[in-house]
Amino acid sequence: MTEPQIEPQSVGVVAPATARFGEALHLRGGGRLDSYELVYETYGELNAARSNAVLVCHALSGSHHVAGRYAGEEADSGWWDNLVGPGKPLDTRKFFVIGVNNLGGCNGSTGPCSPNPATGRPWGADFPFVTVEDWVDTQARLADELGIDSFAAVIGGSLGGMQALSWTLQYPRRVRHAAVIASSPKLSAQNIAFNEVARQAILTDPDFHGGHFYEYGVVPERGLRLARMVGHITYLSDDAMGEKFGRSLCHGKAVYSYGTEFEIESYLRYQGDKFARQFDANTYLLTTKALDYYDPAFAHDGDLIAALAAAQARFLVVAFTTDWRFAPARSREIVYALAHNGCDVSYAEIDCAAGHDSFLLDDPQYHAVLSAWFDRIEV
Amino acid sequence: MAGYRYDYDVITQWIAPGEKVLDLGCGDGGLLRHLIDMRQVRGYGVENDPEKIIACVKNGISVIQADMNHGLTGFDDGFFDHVIMSLSLQAMHNTQGILAEMLRVGREAVVSFPNFAYWRHRQSILNGRMPVSESLPYQWFDTPNVRFFTIDDFKALCGKCGIAIRKRLAFDEGRLIVDEPNFLASVAVYRLGRD
Repeated sequence: MTEPQIEPQSVGVVAPATARFGEALHLRGGGRLDSYELVYETYGELNAARSNAVLVCHALSGSHHVAGRYAGEEADSGWWDNLVGPGKPLDTRKFFVIGVNNLGGCNGSTGPCSPNPATGRPWGADFPFVTVEDWVDTQARLADELGIDSFAAVIGGSLGGMQALSWTLQYPRRVRHAAVIASSPKLSAQNIAFNEVARQAILTDPDFHGGHFYEYGVVPERGLRLARMVGHITYLSDDAMGEKFGRSLCHGKAVYSYGTEFEIESYLRYQGDKFARQFDANTYLLTTKALDYYDPAFAHDGDLIAALAAAQARFLVVAFTTDWRFAPARSREIVYALAHNGCDVSYAEIDCAAGHDSFLLDDPQYHAVLSAWFDRIEV
Repeated sequence: MAGYRYDYDVITQWIAPGEKVLDLGCGDGGLLRHLIDMRQVRGYGVENDPEKIIACVKNGISVIQADMNHGLTGFDDGFFDHVIMSLSLQAMHNTQGILAEMLRVGREAVVSFPNFAYWRHRQSILNGRMPVSESLPYQWFDTPNVRFFTIDDFKALCGKCGIAIRKRLAFDEGRLIVDEPNFLASVAVYRLGRD
């Protein structure tokens, strides 16, 4: 047997673990789970002082599989593999890194695909609404389980950044540093509008069956596909899309059909198909709602400075110039609100062409800032 | 800018312990680090050079990447005790707007700049060449500076804009200049307030 070829800075072959929680969880949307499971992965070693743990929060379509590869699937690495590993910005020789699949997810944690104890059938659309704050609560329980009293850092991009920010408000003494990347203190009407289009695509798919499609042996693939296609348009910048696809034609010329003619159509269909095969429609609905509801300033009459007053962590906020989904102006709102609370906060605005997706790439300036920031964290 | 520690020392004297300080064009955060160490200030820097952002993060300085020409709109009125711009005003297009913003978000402003009327600069011009000196170290074709002005020019602008000059010190390469500063000083440092 030949050893799989793995790059030297990879965390290598990894395997997920499962934590079970028997204490009832009361969710902000009014729901309750009497028990639940969270699937997670860890990279690096927890030090004796238990002071070097870093939590990586995932965004809409992410999971606990942040870095490394699964045995037998060496071609696919974790979604933030370029960030996490020995010698990488989030260096696993120094830090103990944790990725967790959020509650309501479809990668192993309790979610709409899991059996509803009341019926024995999958929860489906009956799975209770979860919020960013609920996720943070469950992540804190996982930290308890792993014996981690305080995180050296919590980091996330996009919706993950909202979780990182929420950590500093819900558990200010349990997070010493927070990196909030390509994120926002709340969605704009335009953001919610895009989410609503995606949801309507799923909800109106005849195969959705009111969220109980599992029992019919079908998947609302058309809806998921459309939802993902809309999403992908918002993840890329106009320039990046123009650069990558332009008006290139698959057949070299117009053939006057509704098949894939332009390369961008081919790309969107490919992304949509891939996503529809692996993602759960109910998780997509729940997660986009969690995004929509997130607004820590709401309880403070819209005053973000008041909302962030509890934060004690040292912050790094990063935005990307071409990100129009969560534009730099949204990150600056967080930065100035933190500064007005006297928090330590640095803000980098990275000139990267890839739009919202930039946060997943390894732009040299972006990674240099992250490296410098993580290097200074004392464990 | 390294090599101008006397500028740091003057500024440090004007800052009280524990103040909230904003440093515009903070470079690698050297001045803020000095003020944090000497005066335990709560300091923030504003910088737009990507390399310097990395340097600030390495130095543990809170730095906000922004273009100062677009103002400091994110900060509330009077949030800072002092807003500092050390040897950067000459590189700003919107001179009056920046000064107004500094005195909006800060109780006082501290500004230092190279004096274009310094005698060596005058001598250079008389010899037909743009000055290149310790305080104006760039060639005309690659200078980041866009405004060339003198101590007397700045005084006139302050008068016109209703800016109170609370204190002015002038230096020639680190030596305090008391007489004829517009002729003998290469750098001036000001403490400014609102009239």
